[in-house]
Amino acid sequence: MRKETFLWLTLISSFIVLLFVTVPLLRMLTAPSFASLWETIRDPEVYRSIGLSLYTGISAAAICFVCGTPLAYLLARSEFRGKKLVEAIVDLPIVIPHPVVGIALLGLVGKNFWLGRLMHEIGLRIVGSPAGIIMVMTFVGLPFYLQAAKEGFASVSPRLEAVSRSLGASMFATFIHVTFPLAWRSILSGIIMCCARAISEFGAVIIIAYHPMIAPVLMYERFQSFGLRYSQPVAVWLIFVCLLLFLSLRLIGGSSRRFESRGRV
Amino acid sequence: MSLTIENLAVDLGQFQLRDVNLTLETGDFFALLGPTGAGKSVLLEALVGLVPQSSGAIYINEREISRLPPEERGIGIVYQDYALFPHLTVRENIRYGLKFKSRKKSGRKAEGNRPDAAAELIPLLGLGHLLQRYPVTLSGGEQQRVALARALVVKPDILLLDEPLSALDPNFRQELRSYLKKLHAVSGATFLMVTHDFAEALSLARHAAIMAAGRIEQHGTIEDIFRRPTTAVVADFVGMKNLFKVEFSAAAARCEAVEFKIARRPEPGSGFIAIRPEDLILSKNPLISSLQNSFKGRVKAVRSHGFFYEIDLIVKTLIFTAVITNHAFFDLNPAVNNDLYLSFKATAVHIF
Repeated sequence: MRKETFLWLTLISSFIVLLFVTVPLLRMLTAPSFASLWETIRDPEVYRSIGLSLYTGISAAAICFVCGTPLAYLLARSEFRGKKLVEAIVDLPIVIPHPVVGIALLGLVGKNFWLGRLMHEIGLRIVGSPAGIIMVMTFVGLPFYLQAAKEGFASVSPRLEAVSRSLGASMFATFIHVTFPLAWRSILSGIIMCCARAISEFGAVIIIAYHPMIAPVLMYERFQSFGLRYSQPVAVWLIFVCLLLFLSLRLIGGSSRRFESRGRV
Repeated sequence: MSLTIENLAVDLGQFQLRDVNLTLETGDFFALLGPTGAGKSVLLEALVGLVPQSSGAIYINEREISRLPPEERGIGIVYQDYALFPHLTVRENIRYGLKFKSRKKSGRKAEGNRPDAAAELIPLLGLGHLLQRYPVTLSGGEQQRVALARALVVKPDILLLDEPLSALDPNFRQELRSYLKKLHAVSGATFLMVTHDFAEALSLARHAAIMAAGRIEQHGTIEDIFRRPTTAVVADFVGMKNLFKVEFSAAAARCEAVEFKIARRPEPGSGFIAIRPEDLILSKNPLISSLQNSFKGRVKAVRSHGFFYEIDLIVKTLIFTAVITNHAFFDLNPAVNNDLYLSFKATAVHIF
């Protein structure tokens, strides 16, 4: 009998948690009328901001992919002194409050620091530019990419790499032909997670670049100036476009995993 | 190609290999036996170049390979769990090594104009109908055959086999054993197989070494190791004491002047029989029974082991070892040079 009570409790609380997540989102998605959605997407300010969000988010994920993959592989494969420290450093962006991230980065590339002045001299604008937004997004998205890619690499048996090398493949060739394809699904998940995290960033972005406006900043501004009713349609469009993006990434990237579904017959 | 291991040592912190000295002749089939945790797999990994050695040297023929990366050693490996590439088809798995071979080893072996080995190995291993499949859809035996083909396609000088049969069902095991024999004959490579199964070692290998606690305890011909263990560890591990090299006839096996009745027809290539010490029955007078093997022998040695006794008995020119309980010991009261009768069932004779 006790076990049954327990089962009911877990079911009820699970249900409450699920409602807590879905109800607000559903409410927001259904609030705007089709007319207002249509009007919103024809607004140049809106589609430019959504486009900028996508462009900067995808760029940040691409940077994480290119620069983070070697570190993820290293963390998955080797044991070294201070590995725990490296892992803690990598996770820092998750635990630091977002405005603090913005302030920290601004301290580096702002005019109060030589690096910022140097960049300004050579005409590299970070503050108030897409480059600055991408920098912030890379910073906050990196841990999500690294974590997923690291798990992907760790799930590839070192034996497969050993066999590959005994068959004449160098370390690099082994990585390209064996490790990477087998870890690809996790890597793709990491890219999507990183991209999603990047697009959702707000607190750090407004410190580095209020303008040009990414979608979350535009939503915030519309909410501040005109109210809820004017920010909701932008939010709906952003969610819609992001879902489309992630879905297509999954579809393109998933096709190389035929062997698994075919395997489980 | 011959393989020579000189004073090899590997230090993995909690585990160490020390003073490993072994020589495998060209074309040898060598079994490396030992209890779990003896360091057999570590030795294989050191040979492949996956764990760093702290001292010593490894040679293939005269060429030192200890400092080469795995891809330049010419040593192949087949694992117990097959380690097939799951994202590649059987064909792609088998041909994997050929991509890299064409560039690198062409200087070392001047046989570039022969058709590649995949064309020979695929029919030899009966893999023709599986080429389009992915590894997960194959049975264990099929996967192991693919793994063998993949390793041999690049014509390694040495092939390491890490317990190649132990993950297989017993009925696949026999089949794969005969494939291994065939491959060894055809490929001309030197095989080094890790196993903990005597039957495997006896039926496949010519030479063997016993490893325990990171050291080679004994090495030599299979027969020597089983019949003349030099250390207590080996004797203990080998266990199967009554091992004889025999000639088979219809329902019998002959070793020197002693003829054994056997219960089943030996497989082609068998050459040994063994009887467990506890299957031997000793008596003062000839037993009137259905036991098909009965010999008169003379006690050579008696050893007490607390709960049981070990008796060595000479029958014509052969030495048998029997194990008897304390109770039976007091009944028989054997002393050196006493005559005793030795009987055992035909089914107690194991054939290798």
